[in-house]
Amino acid sequence: MTDFILEMKDICKVFPGVKALDQVSIQVGRGEIHAICGENGAGKSTLIKVLSGVYPAGTYDGEIVVDGKTQSFEGIEDAEKQGIICIHQELALVPELSVGENIFLGNQPNRLGVVKWDEIYYQTQLLLEKVGLAASVAGSEHPVVTPDDKIKNLGIGQQQLVEIAKALSKKTRLLILDEPTAALTEKEVDILLDILDALRKEGVTSIYISHKLDEVMRIADSVTVIRDGKSIGTSGIKELTKNKIISMMVGRELTNLFPRVEHTRGEVGFEVKNFSVDHPEIPGKKLIHNVSFKAYKGEILGVSGLMGAGRTELFSSIYGAFPAKSEGEVYIDGKRVDIKSPGDAIGHGLSLVTEDRKRYGLVLDMNIKENTTMSSLGRVSKNAILNESAEVHYTNEYVQYLKTKTPSVETRVRNLSGGNQQKVVLGKVLMTEPKVLVLDEPTRGIDVGAKYEIYKIMNMLVEEGVVVIMVSSDLEEVLGMSDRILVMGEGKVRGELAIDEANQEKIMMAATGGLQG
Amino acid sequence: MSELTNAAKLPSKKKNMPKIDIRTFTMIGGLVLLWILFTYTTDGTFLLVRNISNLLRQMAIVGILGAGMVLVIVTGNIDLSVGSVLGFLGGLAAALMIWNGWGTPATMAVILLAGALIGVIQGSIIAYIKVPAFIVTLGGLLIFRGGLLGVTKGVSIAPFRPSYIYVGQAYVSNEVGVALGVLAVVVWTATLFNKRRSRLKYNFPVESLYKMAAKIAVAALVIMGIILMLNSYNGIPVPVLLMVVLMVIFTFVAEKTTFGRSIYAMGGNMEASKYSGIDVRKNLVIVYMLNGVLAAIAGIVLSARLNAGTPSAGMNMELDAIAAAVIGGASMSGGSGKVAGAALGALFMATIDNGMSMMNMDAYWQYIVKGFILVIAVGFDIYTKNKR
Repeated sequence: MTDFILEMKDICKVFPGVKALDQVSIQVGRGEIHAICGENGAGKSTLIKVLSGVYPAGTYDGEIVVDGKTQSFEGIEDAEKQGIICIHQELALVPELSVGENIFLGNQPNRLGVVKWDEIYYQTQLLLEKVGLAASVAGSEHPVVTPDDKIKNLGIGQQQLVEIAKALSKKTRLLILDEPTAALTEKEVDILLDILDALRKEGVTSIYISHKLDEVMRIADSVTVIRDGKSIGTSGIKELTKNKIISMMVGRELTNLFPRVEHTRGEVGFEVKNFSVDHPEIPGKKLIHNVSFKAYKGEILGVSGLMGAGRTELFSSIYGAFPAKSEGEVYIDGKRVDIKSPGDAIGHGLSLVTEDRKRYGLVLDMNIKENTTMSSLGRVSKNAILNESAEVHYTNEYVQYLKTKTPSVETRVRNLSGGNQQKVVLGKVLMTEPKVLVLDEPTRGIDVGAKYEIYKIMNMLVEEGVVVIMVSSDLEEVLGMSDRILVMGEGKVRGELAIDEANQEKIMMAATGGLQG
Repeated sequence: MSELTNAAKLPSKKKNMPKIDIRTFTMIGGLVLLWILFTYTTDGTFLLVRNISNLLRQMAIVGILGAGMVLVIVTGNIDLSVGSVLGFLGGLAAALMIWNGWGTPATMAVILLAGALIGVIQGSIIAYIKVPAFIVTLGGLLIFRGGLLGVTKGVSIAPFRPSYIYVGQAYVSNEVGVALGVLAVVVWTATLFNKRRSRLKYNFPVESLYKMAAKIAVAALVIMGIILMLNSYNGIPVPVLLMVVLMVIFTFVAEKTTFGRSIYAMGGNMEASKYSGIDVRKNLVIVYMLNGVLAAIAGIVLSARLNAGTPSAGMNMELDAIAAAVIGGASMSGGSGKVAGAALGALFMATIDNGMSMMNMDAYWQYIVKGFILVIAVGFDIYTKNKR
């Protein structure tokens, strides 16, 4: 019999109205990297929260067995005592404190309550070396991280690695990583996977939760797939292929990840001329330099580029929401428009789906109805008095059109999965009846099935004559869905590619400045 | 998208039942317990109509302030200046009327405008210059307390004209009271029918007419019961009537208008509201303006009740208003809270003041007990939320 460090048996967890976990079982072998895959909303994060003590014993049914002993964790501390450390999707670092202070937060070495700072900084240095932050990685733009750097001055990838250093500072036997690479660059992903591999050699077991199946195939020893709150199965990596995992995740064979359809390009629906945006903090510096481009009805314009290329800044400036001065001309349907606020933009028929839906897109504690009508309160009111029936009516329309999975339109958005939350954002934006729709990272952090549905919605909108602009860092997605690709780099348009001549290399060349002119 | 229908996910009739959350339920339960306790300790004097009438008058000013304070707190902000503002405006009214011979309508109009202006100025500094509300209104607290001392030259100014005093001291005649009650029932009935018509228009299920009739009958019984009870003493006190009317207006604004929805969205997520095209800064200024107007009304009521502009008027009342809003369910982090909750909170605190002074307990106990109630109410709410 294999030696299991962890067994979770028949875990059930019920939220009001939703059965999040239904008899999920999982066995993790000692010293392996065990991947958990599943669509968003499948219950992966819930399972991890049960395991790491976020949901204390008694709030769920089932059994957690660590090293053959049944455990009931009352809180995160109990799980940590067993060496189970979880790094959640939302990083838990204090921005104003230093790297060293963060790593030893809560268990500072001390004598009679007086913190031994030298000890902390010495240990931190060792940990930083271990996670590859102490020495400058070849080709990395990031400078070396020192123990007294403040977290807020670190990039998101570096922060992720600090989290891992923090986990290593405790006596970690089982490390759980929830979507650790969602915000990382490819180089940072490489570093992370190398570290996990090194840890495996030292005998640390890891549970790795990710949508990115390439990473899973590369690093995992075995994979458990969860779907709709049930465990579908566990296999060794050798018996699996990417497609096999996907079909287990969605419950059907996915022949094509992208529902590409032929579009016929119409007239110019949206045009930007010489658009420049100032840097919000540094006077005299510009973030966006003289950007000009056209978007046509009946096509999807993909906007690609590396992190920091200025794509989000460009479009939120055009939308009137970026807190810095901008200049340039914007035309919708050939007419010059003057946009000073998001309200103006929506009024002129320009809508934006923001990249960070929790921060900029949704009021999580409001329900689907209230979120859907938020941008179009004028449509569901008369003399500023709301008509609740009209609100429900329209919300129902969009819930059905977008196939949002929810028990009711009065469900709080917080209780929905990522994909369904994104559909609520889409519903809100579509209710404004936009002529031009900009989608900034529309499928970030959502699962394969929901991604596919969102692509289909984009196609439907193109059919209805909406100008669709998709900003995306996912090259496969850009190549899979766009009719034309705009590549940005350092605040400038670096190139424009028709889809039949575009490939990943060309886009990367343009993005890094190799294809200028 | 027009081919879509309302086939699925119709809101069930259950959704239209009044939603009473645990906190409101606990507060009402606590209130009933307090009333029983005070009735017992005062040998029934507490429940005499005369005392109930007093109790309602006591809560009126804090209730009026609380209605606006809820909106401010819902946006995730605070207003510490209302106590000083109401004192200042009461003093200003006295100076205008008594020292300069102004008539009642002119005085009141100027005071209301001044309240609105003060709100607009404070709100604009908060919304456009982005100075934290705590700082701006703490400044306002000091400035208007100083302004009050300056305007009154540190002395009480009295007496007001009888038409002014009416607002703070008078009772509505029995006949008018009954007429108002009937009017309230008619409006309530019309509202229910309106809603029903709108639901029918969209093919939503509606409740049976019997159930509706029952709802109207219960409302009519409660409204007329309270009015007849008050009529058996002196009638409805004008400040209480004013508070009820303002509460109804503000509840309507908060729950049925685009402006109200916008401010709840702002409190829930300011950034998302901005990206959704809501003019967050303008709305914030309006919220402070409304709060300023309510402070002005409260200032008029208080000065009319005292029949004087006094240098200490409204001292610490901002804290009572905040406490009323919070006891009534408003969350200091924004996004949630009910106007009617503030009325409940105000009633709660007035009950403690009234009951304890009837028991001849020293005044210091009232502060201590109110402090405990405030912390317990919020603590209980957070405790139950975390457990879920």
